[in-house]
Amino acid sequence: MFGFLATAVGIVFLAVFFVSLVGQGASAFKQSFIELEIEYSEDVLAPGGQLDLEFADYDALVRNALWREFPEVTDRRARRELSRLVSAAAGFQLRDALRQDSDLLGTEARVAVPTSATVDMLAKGNIDRSLDAAQRPLNDRQLQWVDELAARDRLTMKFNTALFTNGDSREPEMAGIKGALMGSFYMLIVTIGLAFPLGVAAAIYLEEFAPKNRWADLIEVNINNLAAVPSIVFGLLGLAVFVNWLGMPRSAPLVGGLVLALLTLPVIIIASRAAIKAVPPSIREAALGIGASRMQVVFHHVVPLALPGMLTGAIIGMSRALGETAPLLMIGMVAFIVDVPAGFSDPATALPVQIFLWADSPERAFAERTSAAIIVLLAFLLLMNLAAIILRKKVDRQW
Amino acid sequence: MSELDPVNVRPLMDPVVDEADEPSPDLSAKPPSRRRQLEEISELTGKTVGQVRSEDPFMVAEDVNVYYGDLHAIKDVTLEIGKRQVVALIGPSGCGKTTFLRCLNRMNDSIESARVTGRITLDGQDIYSKSLDPVALRARVGIVFQKPNPFPKSIYDNVAYGPRIHGLAADRAELDDIVHTSLERAGLLKEVRDRLDEPGTSLSGGQQQRLCIARTIAVNPEVILMDEPCSALDPIATARIEDLIDELSENYAIVIVTHSMQQAARVSRRVAYFHLGKLVEVDDTDRIFTNPQHKLTENYITGRFG
Repeated sequence: MFGFLATAVGIVFLAVFFVSLVGQGASAFKQSFIELEIEYSEDVLAPGGQLDLEFADYDALVRNALWREFPEVTDRRARRELSRLVSAAAGFQLRDALRQDSDLLGTEARVAVPTSATVDMLAKGNIDRSLDAAQRPLNDRQLQWVDELAARDRLTMKFNTALFTNGDSREPEMAGIKGALMGSFYMLIVTIGLAFPLGVAAAIYLEEFAPKNRWADLIEVNINNLAAVPSIVFGLLGLAVFVNWLGMPRSAPLVGGLVLALLTLPVIIIASRAAIKAVPPSIREAALGIGASRMQVVFHHVVPLALPGMLTGAIIGMSRALGETAPLLMIGMVAFIVDVPAGFSDPATALPVQIFLWADSPERAFAERTSAAIIVLLAFLLLMNLAAIILRKKVDRQW
Repeated sequence: MSELDPVNVRPLMDPVVDEADEPSPDLSAKPPSRRRQLEEISELTGKTVGQVRSEDPFMVAEDVNVYYGDLHAIKDVTLEIGKRQVVALIGPSGCGKTTFLRCLNRMNDSIESARVTGRITLDGQDIYSKSLDPVALRARVGIVFQKPNPFPKSIYDNVAYGPRIHGLAADRAELDDIVHTSLERAGLLKEVRDRLDEPGTSLSGGQQQRLCIARTIAVNPEVILMDEPCSALDPIATARIEDLIDELSENYAIVIVTHSMQQAARVSRRVAYFHLGKLVEVDDTDRIFTNPQHKLTENYITGRFG
């Protein structure tokens, strides 16, 4: 009866968590766009006949389009307020369009450009219109313009691809998790690549080949303790040894991966040892009896049978590593990195750290993106666990 | 295998004398207590009686002592096993027969506290010498265990594993040949011919044990050790395996540990009786069951204790 109650309470808490998470984060997967008539005017882009694709004044194109929408706005200050309705990313979008198709020069096109974060919040209904103008991020005039655009059918909601294709940014509407995802991905590769082979090999040696004496007991106690050490201590170790002494690049996935590998190693060793111990001695005796050498017994019979347990331990370790933030903070992966890392030694950040950084931000738009990033992290973990279960089923053998 | 006329064998049904039981016809006063019995027994143990030596000896054990740490498990055992001979090791539980059996192919090496002294030779070669590789030894002296333990692989791979690691087959065709022959000799081929890819663990108990025997003979041993191979099987499977032992004895020397005296009487040519680590009596099967020379042997065979 109490067991049932306890399970029910747990499920209720989980449900509340998921509902609130999805409720807050779901809107981040959408982004509002304004459709504007853009003139790829040669005068603006290539004054004096010279077109500098990288640095031409694309923002001017956007501004001009906006002013054409509201020709009655002539005041300079008002015009500035009007241009703030659209995100700075609009300019980059036009640049990329021109880069892809240079024939656009001199033509007119209707382009959907992303709105600024405040307009996005308004479109998603997160701004209280009844508040005093001074307490809102948008004043009355701006609200009027947005409503006008909506009436003209120019305001649309589309899937927020920027969330997945961009790195971090100060502007919420341009901020994405790709940098963090790639950073986490590279780190995981380093972690698995180091921790799994070393952990399995250590477990095999300790269980099968090492003499059973005081030293072996000491090692076992130490490994068990290491599995319980707070992760930030590993961060300190990484900082002192890898960054300081060995001079490795700060904030790099390589160092992050090394630190997490140290963290995961005890878990993998313990799980692998348990899996090896669970292999029945009758199998070993049978193999020995037929004239297999010790190595053959271990690698042809014991390891294949212990593999499901080893994989489970590895996946448990990986899942823990994926969500670790504290050790990464210590080695510097908390920096504001905008570029998507391309290799193991590029400065990067990790998904949990990204969540931490965004959670710190007061802007409303970042709040929903934090929840969205959490959803992505959980989805990632779920996928990893699913992969683990499938893999386990494949290698599981009846003995 | 000795053919025994059931009438000549002494009755094996006498129960162990206990305090509550009525006196057996041989004793005069009230039945001795269990503890007194055991004290009597330990006084009677002396030198091995009977025929320790054998004609055409293949494996010879001389003055073998086995210690598990401080426990003296096997005491000064000398025994010869002839080629193509079936020798049964019998005795009450804990008398050391399995320990002795496992010495013959150095399986006790895997037990940390085990220490073996004395000399055991296979075809003249000392098997405990430093120059002899236990791996090669175990290919020549195979072992079948009490509980069937096929590898969690396919039936084919179970039998093929030994030849593979010892390099006995040059190619797939030869390997197929070895597998088929071994399965046939073990009397299993007809039943599994069309399902060699199925896991070995999907077979019944008796079939699994025959698979283990096939696995053992696939590496072409010279001696086969069997540790109570039928104790986990039903009577029909047991009968099949006993027939198998009869066939195998034409090609291999077999040493079988058994708890069942009837089985020993059925399958073996010589019987060795162990008691508390000492080899009490060794003799031809008929002689030992009809006319045991040592008092202990007689007590065991007639069921005074077990």
